[in-house]
Amino acid sequence: MMSRLAALRPTTIDELCEAIADAAGRGAKLAITGGGSKSAIGSPSGATRLDMSGFAGVIDYDPAELVLTAAAGTPLATVQALVAGEGQMLAFDPFDHGVVFGGAEGRATIGGVVAAGVAGPLRVSQGGVRDHLLGFKAVSGRAEFFVAGAKVTKNVTGYDLPKLMAGSWGRLAALTEVTLKVLPRAKLRITKLVLGLSADFAVKAMARAMGSQAEVSAAAHLPDYHGRSATALRVQGFAASVEARCRMLDAQLAELGALDLLEDRACESFWHAIATLEPLPSHPPLWRIILPPRRAPELMRMIDGAWLLDWAGGLAWVATDIRPDRIRTAAAALGGNATLVRASAAMRAVTPALHPLPAGVAALEERVRRAFDPSGIFETGRF
Amino acid sequence: MTLKMPVPDEATLAGRAEIVAALRDIIPREGVIADPDGLRVYESDGLTAYRQPPMVVVLPETTAQVSAVLAWCHSRNVKVVPRGSGTSLSGGALPLADAVLLGLGRFNRVLDIDYDDRLVVLQPGVTNLAITRAVEAAGFYYAPDPSSQIACSIGGNVAENSGGVHCLKYGLTTNSVLGCELVLMDGEIVRLGGRCLEPGGLDLLGVVVGSEGLLGVVTEVTVRILPRPETARAVLIGFGGVEDAGRCVADVIAAGIIPAGMEMMDKPAIHAAEAFVHVGYPLDVEALLIVELDGPVAECEHLTAEVARIANTDGAVSCRISADDNERIAFWSGRKAAFPAVGRISPDYYCMDGTIPRRRLPEVLRRIACLSERHGLGVANVFHAGDGNLHPLILYDANTPGELDRAEAFGNDILRLCVEVGGVLTGEHGVGVEKRDLMPAMYSPVDLAHQQRVKCAFDPALLLNPGKVFPTLHRCAELGRMHIHAGALPFPDLPRF
Repeated sequence: MMSRLAALRPTTIDELCEAIADAAGRGAKLAITGGGSKSAIGSPSGATRLDMSGFAGVIDYDPAELVLTAAAGTPLATVQALVAGEGQMLAFDPFDHGVVFGGAEGRATIGGVVAAGVAGPLRVSQGGVRDHLLGFKAVSGRAEFFVAGAKVTKNVTGYDLPKLMAGSWGRLAALTEVTLKVLPRAKLRITKLVLGLSADFAVKAMARAMGSQAEVSAAAHLPDYHGRSATALRVQGFAASVEARCRMLDAQLAELGALDLLEDRACESFWHAIATLEPLPSHPPLWRIILPPRRAPELMRMIDGAWLLDWAGGLAWVATDIRPDRIRTAAAALGGNATLVRASAAMRAVTPALHPLPAGVAALEERVRRAFDPSGIFETGRF
Repeated sequence: MTLKMPVPDEATLAGRAEIVAALRDIIPREGVIADPDGLRVYESDGLTAYRQPPMVVVLPETTAQVSAVLAWCHSRNVKVVPRGSGTSLSGGALPLADAVLLGLGRFNRVLDIDYDDRLVVLQPGVTNLAITRAVEAAGFYYAPDPSSQIACSIGGNVAENSGGVHCLKYGLTTNSVLGCELVLMDGEIVRLGGRCLEPGGLDLLGVVVGSEGLLGVVTEVTVRILPRPETARAVLIGFGGVEDAGRCVADVIAAGIIPAGMEMMDKPAIHAAEAFVHVGYPLDVEALLIVELDGPVAECEHLTAEVARIANTDGAVSCRISADDNERIAFWSGRKAAFPAVGRISPDYYCMDGTIPRRRLPEVLRRIACLSERHGLGVANVFHAGDGNLHPLILYDANTPGELDRAEAFGNDILRLCVEVGGVLTGEHGVGVEKRDLMPAMYSPVDLAHQQRVKCAFDPALLLNPGKVFPTLHRCAELGRMHIHAGALPFPDLPRF
């Protein structure tokens, strides 16, 4: 009977271990899912879904310790609302992929965000999921429950398995609980917009701003913002500090072009739009290309399509019909990598979502995956 | 030496002359050290309680030489212990009698500086402070600043995931490393990460950082650099009780302030430091807090006033804000000299490194005081208060028979206490040999096996730095077995989910 069920939904560690042991015994594959907000990423797979939404709820949160522990299936929105209520935030700036795929927000879970390594515009200054995942509990492909990392912000005891788990896309273990670092939310948030810069100038201006004492917390470039390009620099913190840093930026930017200012809510919604790719068309295949920021203008010259730059140029989002091999060759030539985020099922069936690795690293990664999942229960063919 | 290291392999020891000759074929003469006097230089690292001259030392200069040494050792089943500057406080570079010690000191060049993308490419033997020296003229610095930064190497920092007093705001080494070139034990060279923020696949770089030289030998490192803050100010605050100081730390953070550094010292540490550096620390307080704020002048002025206000609310008995950079440095000088200062009041001291949830600090300090009485040894506490990383310095005299053993027993009790209250064995010094046998206090055998299988993925023959980090050496074949009966579940009739 069980093998015919489309999804398993364990609610206890024992049930989860049993589900994985059973799959191992049958040689079956399990596709770990949270809320399913990112299920359209990767090759379509017929594997049984292992639904982790049964592990939900915030387990421990002491704002003064800057640490939060939540069950993996807890909705991202729940966690964000809770920390916001204490004047704090998840500094890696996670976002919900719902709208990227034309749906609604609200399905993303904290475990899914960790497993997919989802970090928004603030990642350039605050670090990614890898930098904020302090510990976790999980059941590996060996059907064994294990713990890694800890619930304190500073720890070097044993291997840093949380780094491996962040962005592992459910290929090592089923997360049941994550412990994240949280940080104070900035009291004041302001974005300076420089209008009309070319991509080359924009990347140079962003590098200069990021290398200045203005402590820019996010930097993005939109080629078309109400008819002109916009280069956005976000400054946040205590009011006195933000004012002083904005003056530093003004001195740097005044010679470059017209300036515009976005405050508070306008600032928030601008960056939310960047994170969720509102400015890009929703039809062509969507690529997430990570590269050395200074190489971004070259990439733009090599690839035709609609694009925007985040992370001061270190992240290029490109919506284009150009052939995947050409995109990956271009990204690799510039020292970067390209992930296929959105495409038709047919294209995803033949195009790996993740950028292929050099042979030596690929072999090493395979051995690491086998260490956690010797029989490949979590290798559903999605990646 | 109470510590048990892997039993030396007789065949390897017997073949020493052949091993030395083979290594001399790979590395020019002065790069292979085999005479007893030369070997003694390498017999210990910063954890000087343990000493063992290595079988032979090699000092390669190129990645190709490192690869050739490792491949040869791998083919002959010879163990290798990597070493940077040898400043580890946990015995991470402690040699083995039957192992080649691989020193990376000759990899001492800065290879590339990119101010636009704010990164530096380095050979692993470059010292931590030299990174900042290389970029400071352009207004940049490298953030992680372990106390040994004049001497410790970036390769060693990567191996140990080193911290420093500014971790709370700026993170540990792992948060600043973008990429590395790594030579695996079989001689294969791989590049992990690069000059961009995220790699394409699993974050293998993330698990290499902090792996204590067990996964591979790092031959090149790419790190992020940051623009130097416009200014920095420090606030020196005295409290009549540890509870008040602890509450002040929590209140500063609750106010949304993440200081660049937030350090606490207890009374014995304050007195030792003041006697050593004479900077005017108040001697009538039970706890002293140094809070450093950095950033734009306007921000520092605002936040120092805010911190002083919070401190007074929490019952501070003294509070001084640094007037200029000289005074700020003076505030820090006592804290930075705390270890040598304690060295003046006691023939020897043993530095511990647990992390605890900050809210448990008063209780932990009370219990450390009880343990101090029980073991009959004094203790001074310095504390990275912002991130909960506690450094009790246990005072002992190695010349008094049995005192080292008592100091270690006391230290082990402190670390078990850290784990008991929800903390960890080591916040920044690493497990090494020092805390190896305490690992089961924090991790179950299943937890440890999941870590050890990562070792097997990188070094299945277990030849690289064996005897460190893990209390038990399991063969990889034994760890790899999966104990599941095909289809045979314990309760087949139970409805499932």
